[in-house]
Amino acid sequence: MTSARDDILGRLRQRRPRDDAMRDATGEEIRRAIAHPERGPRPADAEDLVARFVERARAMTSSTDVCPDTGQVPARCAAWLRAMRLPLAVVVAPALADLDWRGAALSVRIGAAGRDDAVGVTPCFRAIAETGTLMLCSGPATPAVNSLLPQTHIAIVRSEHIVADMEAAWQAARAELTAWPRAVNFVSGPSRTADIEQTIVLGAHGPYRVHVLVVGT
Amino acid sequence: MEIRSMHFVDRVRERLDDPELQRNLKRTRGRNAAARAASLGGLDDFDAVRARATEIRASVLRDLDLWLERFEREATARGATVLWAHDGDEACRLIIDIARRHDVRSVVKSKSMVSEEAGLNAALEAAGIRPVETDLGEYILQINDNEPPSHIIMPVIHKSREQVTELFARVHGTEPKTDIEALTREARERLRPAFLGADMGLSGGNFLVAETGSVAIVTNEGNGRLCTTMPRVHVALTGIEKVIPTLDDLATLLRILPRSATGQAISNYVSLLTGTKHDGDADGPAHMYFVLVDGGRADLVGSDFEPMLRCIRCGACMNHCPVYQTVGGHAYGWVYTGPMGSVLTPLFQGIGNARDLPQAATLCNQCGVVCPVSIPLPDLMRKLREKQVERGMRPWTERLAMRAWAWAAARPWAYSACARAAVRYLCWLAGGRASIPVMGLAPGWTSQRDFPAPAARTFRDMYARQRRGRAS
Ligand code: SF4
Repeated sequence: MTSARDDILGRLRQRRPRDDAMRDATGEEIRRAIAHPERGPRPADAEDLVARFVERARAMTSSTDVCPDTGQVPARCAAWLRAMRLPLAVVVAPALADLDWRGAALSVRIGAAGRDDAVGVTPCFRAIAETGTLMLCSGPATPAVNSLLPQTHIAIVRSEHIVADMEAAWQAARAELTAWPRAVNFVSGPSRTADIEQTIVLGAHGPYRVHVLVVGT
Repeated sequence: MEIRSMHFVDRVRERLDDPELQRNLKRTRGRNAAARAASLGGLDDFDAVRARATEIRASVLRDLDLWLERFEREATARGATVLWAHDGDEACRLIIDIARRHDVRSVVKSKSMVSEEAGLNAALEAAGIRPVETDLGEYILQINDNEPPSHIIMPVIHKSREQVTELFARVHGTEPKTDIEALTREARERLRPAFLGADMGLSGGNFLVAETGSVAIVTNEGNGRLCTTMPRVHVALTGIEKVIPTLDDLATLLRILPRSATGQAISNYVSLLTGTKHDGDADGPAHMYFVLVDGGRADLVGSDFEPMLRCIRCGACMNHCPVYQTVGGHAYGWVYTGPMGSVLTPLFQGIGNARDLPQAATLCNQCGVVCPVSIPLPDLMRKLREKQVERGMRPWTERLAMRAWAWAAARPWAYSACARAAVRYLCWLAGGRASIPVMGLAPGWTSQRDFPAPAARTFRDMYARQRRGRAS
């Protein structure tokens, strides 16, 4: 008995007969298509990527803040949490362990978020101006759960990492990442649902709020 | 899912006579269509994006065998296992085998239409494994005695908040909550422990990316992320036609899928999942499987119906369909509803099992105009009608009428005699009024509206008279 795999592929082949030469040519086309990906039509780039990103992120119901340098990140996070009357206890992705979180009077744990963590802090591989989207890559220093389990997610975005569109973000990933991440998550604002009477409710299963801190402006 | 499409006409009658359903359908009618239209401005050139999206999907289907092989190679190299199934039953068996191998007791599911095709929940339950639907809409349906979805994107669009209130209070044993936000919270609190305790996460797949051997999952709620991050085992269950070449193609399709579906520029979460958890990763599944289902798809490749395989399941066709908007999704009797269901159901389940569906359209082509991958849905419905005729599946009355028409249409004298008789009859029915309130021989035609009265003479008579006038 042939396997389902061979049977399905065999039937597809029968429906699209090719001789050996054609098969090789098509195989070559596929290799080329993947080696040199073609970009589709994209909206015109914004002149000011940071401004466009902030505008679109807000349109997706993220809140945003800016901060001149990395050293001030913990203090800005603490100030925002205080203003929002949110818990001053954060679980921080290991990639951001070097910042002085305790100096900002935050109770901090470095590592992956668990079920009881209220605020998760993550870096961001790239951010996309076109849609106000965060691109988060999973890895030992950047667990996926930190942007998922806590009710509040704070993302630290370096302004030079804001790119025009998803195509540019993929290009950066191909060029810079040595190991392809298990999960690449694109996050555009808090989790939401409109299943009941098409009424939008924030915080369906993921965070209720996403706060984006743009660093280096 | 068991097919009930053969009872379409009866089911439509029930739906039209159900005042609650009609109220619920009316509440949201047109909203998604308006949101879609408003969102297209965000693309400088919608037609160009649509053309590109169409070409991406069409190009893969032209060489689907080779693209699938490439996808399989990349996915396997990154630690996933790719399994294949002829049909839904085989897919269920494969998934139950995976569950047994990894000692799985409970499964959290994010939305997968292929799982509905396969009837996976019933199969899992029969094998002693507990499936939990986690998309809010699908969860509501599951606790309401496994009610089928009525829309591919908004599964409970046919329900009112009052119905959900009553259901939650009854099933959860809680105080009735009327506020939609409170209902959503209640579901969140119920489902959190399920996510944290489940051994397996089952997702569908919006796209399979050949470049990296990944599955792309698009959700707003975040349940897709939870299902694929927390459990030890992740199974992505989807159709063989879902492959796209590259990540750049994914970017193009993501410009058009959420806009067509809900009018969003992007969905809240798009996850690209590749293989298993890496050394040092704190989260992610240790085992990842793809189950790729044929289920009638391979036979469409190279046929007149191949364009249907381009479908990206956005739901725009049903959101714009006057028939769907009036009868709701359940009337269609299977997983897929609206225009895309009227094409897919007969193709996947047999033309004889869904005879009325290709007829359940006015061929107004609103669906064809909005489809983001340019599927000519009305043409495909017409082709299905032709197939029914070829196979002698139409009722004898219709066949007789068509034969009579063909006879008359080939004989001008007979045609004009019939037309003259018909005009005389209709004018008599109108009795001098501009419209006919009750159509004598076909009263059903005028049960909802009047029929306009014709001019006193046929076109041919008028034309002949005018020519005579000019000649003299
Ligand atoms: S047929 Fe076109 S419009 Fe309908 S669901 Fe599929 S892609 Fe969307």
